[in-house]
Amino acid sequence: MSLLTYRKLASLLVVALTMAGLLAVAPGQAKAAEFRVATAANFSDAAREIGALFEAKSGYRPLFSFGATGQLYTQIAQGAPFDVFLAADQARPERAVAEGLAVADSRFTYAWGRLALFSRDKGRVTGEATLHEGDFTKLAIANPLTAPYGAAAVEALQALSLRDALTPKLVQGNNASQAFQFAATGNAEVGFVALSQLAVHEGGSYWVVPAKLHSPIAQDAVLLTAGKDSEAAQAFMAFLKSDAARAVLARYGYES
Amino acid sequence: MLDFAELWSPIRLTLELATVTTLVLLVIGTPIAWWLARSQSRWKEAVAAVVALPLVLPPTVLGFYLLILLGPEGPGGWIAGLFGGRTLAFTFEGLVIGSVFYSMPFVVQPIRNAFEAFGERPLEVAATLRASPWDRFWSVALPLARPGLLTGAVLGFAHTVGEFGVILMIGGNIPGETRVLSIAVYDYVETLQWTKAHILAGGLLIFSFLVILTMMLLDRRLGRRLGQSTP
Repeated sequence: MSLLTYRKLASLLVVALTMAGLLAVAPGQAKAAEFRVATAANFSDAAREIGALFEAKSGYRPLFSFGATGQLYTQIAQGAPFDVFLAADQARPERAVAEGLAVADSRFTYAWGRLALFSRDKGRVTGEATLHEGDFTKLAIANPLTAPYGAAAVEALQALSLRDALTPKLVQGNNASQAFQFAATGNAEVGFVALSQLAVHEGGSYWVVPAKLHSPIAQDAVLLTAGKDSEAAQAFMAFLKSDAARAVLARYGYES
Repeated sequence: MLDFAELWSPIRLTLELATVTTLVLLVIGTPIAWWLARSQSRWKEAVAAVVALPLVLPPTVLGFYLLILLGPEGPGGWIAGLFGGRTLAFTFEGLVIGSVFYSMPFVVQPIRNAFEAFGERPLEVAATLRASPWDRFWSVALPLARPGLLTGAVLGFAHTVGEFGVILMIGGNIPGETRVLSIAVYDYVETLQWTKAHILAGGLLIFSFLVILTMMLLDRRLGRRLGQSTP
């Protein structure tokens, strides 16, 4: 292949992309019975389960998009077509309301999250002592600027007076899920993750970080402007408060 | 007030990563390109396809395999063990390894093209003058392939600067170690620090334009030269 054929390839690509664009019918439009939920990564497993229950009951199908809360907020602010926002904090849903991106009186706390220190090695995490001893090379956390579980992790380190000592060992995942994945693959020996992520994970060792070591992780839901007339989205917001949803939350280690 | 040290750190790191990656790729990519251009082996195109894989594979696939290969159970963990570590993920060296795979086709392909372009003739002539195979490679093939080497180096460098997905998956976002430009831009956008995002993104835009322009000019020069040598 010469450089010239690279050029031919490029022009072929342009043609293919144009055709794909023409063929795509009304992209980005959910079907009537579907609605879109921007969901904090830590909540993904529980959200899928609650979503399945909700669909069985109502016939409406939630389409979940997972990411760091800050990342999702940026997308919403740029007009992403989400109907509901399940954040991992209160600040972003509050801000969404303030910026006119969400329905003012729809905001409520659907879950209180708990932070856990996790290792895939059995017996490695015994409690607070694991952090004080520092017998590891890498400690994974979620990005504290965009992910509330990352911010909580930094607060916990601060409360234990370990922040300066452990900062050189920190590796940042983009969100709680990636922090968990770094620890689950063993690339980081330990990681601060959401307790909810450990509900579906077997093996390893973990310590639930006492709630007094960080500000409470209140996870707020809010109905976005795009979903304000959607019956499905409104029903889903109500369903989050139901006993059925609460039972799922409890199983994933959330307090509600 | 803007903190320029904060902006400079990912720029310097990215330049270092791209430089090291390009040098490594020239050293290991040139013999591969030579073999691909000269070999009669039936496995030749299969090897070429493996080299070209990153053109097609999503960076997430590469990132996923790298995370495992660099980790404590993979060869990367073993290598890290020699230096007292336990994984190559989250290290500069890990990023170099990832980038070498990721940018390999962009370096190997132009060099292979250049080796193929001048054909057997100059090498045969050199052989009749009793040049050893080694001598033929160094004194005839490499100088003739210089445009291809240059193209490969520029493309490899630029492609590494533009790398994002693989680094997002194996980097761990450590300032000064794995927080490269593309990741820094992503972070600034996500945290709504758009002034900083604009500075870095604008810089990358200008850089990329200059690289592509250089490539097109090089391409024309190469084309002319080949035009002259074809009877």
